[in-house]
Amino acid sequence: MSSSTLEVPGNTPTPRYFGREKSRTKSDKLFSGSIIVAALSSLFVLTAILIYLGSNSWPVLVEQGISFVTGSEWSTTDGVEVFQIWPMLYGTLLNAIIGLVIAVPVSVFLALFIVFLAPRNLSKVLTVVIDILAAIPSGIIGLWGFLVFTDTAAGWGQLLNQYLGWIPLFANDQNQFARSPFIAGWVLAIMIIPIITVVSREVLAQTPQELLDAARGLGGSLSGSIRMVALPHARGGIVGGVMLGLGRALGETIAIYFVLNLIFDVNIYKILNPEGGAIASMIVAKFGEATPNEINALLGAGLILFIMTLFVNLAANYIVKRSQREKLI
Amino acid sequence: MDATRIASTTNVDIEATGVRVPNTPQDAHPRNPEDANVHLETKDVHIWFGQRLIIEKVNLSFPENSVTALIGPSGCGKSTFIRTLNRMHEFIPGAALAGQILYDGKDIYDAHVDPVDIRVQIGMVFQKPNPFPSMSIKENVLSGLHLAQIKYENPDEIVRNCLERASLWTEVKDRLNASASSLSGGQQQRLCIARALAVNPKVLLMDEPCSALDPGSTRRIEGTIKELSQEMTIVIVTHNMAQAQRVSDYTAFFLAEEGAPAQVVESGRTDEIFMRPKDPRTNDYVNGLFG
Repeated sequence: MSSSTLEVPGNTPTPRYFGREKSRTKSDKLFSGSIIVAALSSLFVLTAILIYLGSNSWPVLVEQGISFVTGSEWSTTDGVEVFQIWPMLYGTLLNAIIGLVIAVPVSVFLALFIVFLAPRNLSKVLTVVIDILAAIPSGIIGLWGFLVFTDTAAGWGQLLNQYLGWIPLFANDQNQFARSPFIAGWVLAIMIIPIITVVSREVLAQTPQELLDAARGLGGSLSGSIRMVALPHARGGIVGGVMLGLGRALGETIAIYFVLNLIFDVNIYKILNPEGGAIASMIVAKFGEATPNEINALLGAGLILFIMTLFVNLAANYIVKRSQREKLI
Repeated sequence: MDATRIASTTNVDIEATGVRVPNTPQDAHPRNPEDANVHLETKDVHIWFGQRLIIEKVNLSFPENSVTALIGPSGCGKSTFIRTLNRMHEFIPGAALAGQILYDGKDIYDAHVDPVDIRVQIGMVFQKPNPFPSMSIKENVLSGLHLAQIKYENPDEIVRNCLERASLWTEVKDRLNASASSLSGGQQQRLCIARALAVNPKVLLMDEPCSALDPGSTRRIEGTIKELSQEMTIVIVTHNMAQAQRVSDYTAFFLAEEGAPAQVVESGRTDEIFMRPKDPRTNDYVNGLFG
């Protein structure tokens, strides 16, 4: 730098910028060190899984090409190996959507009830009960779904078909109502209701009292105050809970394996038909008797599920960011 | 409102800050609150939290179109008391009440009175400015109308009118769609006043509205209070003796003796409470000897 540039009128001094404060004491260094290790190890595990899935399935993915995700055939007979997962991929999404359609309203209303309506003691009991529900292993729920719930839900499906069968969504051309995406969606809903409820209750309970006071003080009814104050305040958290639930629904394996027919023929909308798909369940179903190449194809299916979950989460993040500000008028 | 009152209050001077202060407002008010037109009064009001009696036997009248200040040491239940005047008290778990609160001669705690109606007619401004953070300035002003499900036309006119009455219009008229949280503390509190005005209350309760604000904002809000008192009844809780003297026409002094529930020691015209208090405890308090 030449001396003339220092002669700028005003001679502004060079600003100093500050990063995060550095650890100075030994215990502080140890503390930040362990945090960094913990944080990086989760990233490392994630990357390692991704690399493992990618490298093992790569030859199969290249061989099958784009039809791996767009085709509907899975066959290892006669030495010809065709691996295509579109029905499973689509089925995974369909089950999850049915699950969310049932679970989200129930969970949010349940959380609102616990926070704003239930007598104190009841709300304490409900909170504990829902925490316990959230901890039931999916295998148990799947077994219960298979042994107990399927009959009931098949009855509901039959009713839907009987009265609303003219809507394509509720059509059934096989006259068989068990093991349908509808039932899989219900089982998923039962699994994710506790998760979404727990998170929603937590954020709703943190609605600032002064905002609730403001709404009530302006002549707001309970429902009006909830709609205009509590829900907008909790929206981000509730969507976060829904995403957690969606993550579990997309990756659910055993419970769906118990209650859904996995068919390699895509079922676009007939949710009462006994045919559906789910990637994770398919992997379990095929794994035991798979040929070496088929195992790699299953790992590829896992990779696709991984990527799909990632995209669903990114999309959800985008939606949350976009809807951050609610319009009143 | 009689002609002399109109004459005395419309003759205003404009200070450098733009705050309009009516001339000698207290001359317009009778010596005893009971002698004025009263549409809000309390009869033998007792308040409990759980088993604990907090406030005992409060009998106060709030004359129409005047400002009544509730003063007293911290923790003596003024804020609790003011919340009973529009049934906001009910939201506190374990809170209980005895006695009557008469609005236009009718008990607001009567079984067939809808508390929501009461809160529309008797509005409230809180200690901490609490605009709805997810809404714009304009939406905040209109929020009460939506909450109380009041149909309205000309939203722009309502917004302008309320913001003008809350002395906030000139500062925000070019950014009505900006978020309410972008305003300063004092502006947020005036926005809360504007929001309360939109539903057209007859009474405005203010619970220490300036305690979180700087002196400049405080002055502006005091000016707003004086202006509003020409059209509505205002009850204000304040810790600030000077503020009570500046803005109020009447004052009630609350005091809780040690271990006992709070009572109203003395109430009456503000100038008399401050200049010629009858009770020695009032004298000590207004002269800063305790509290």
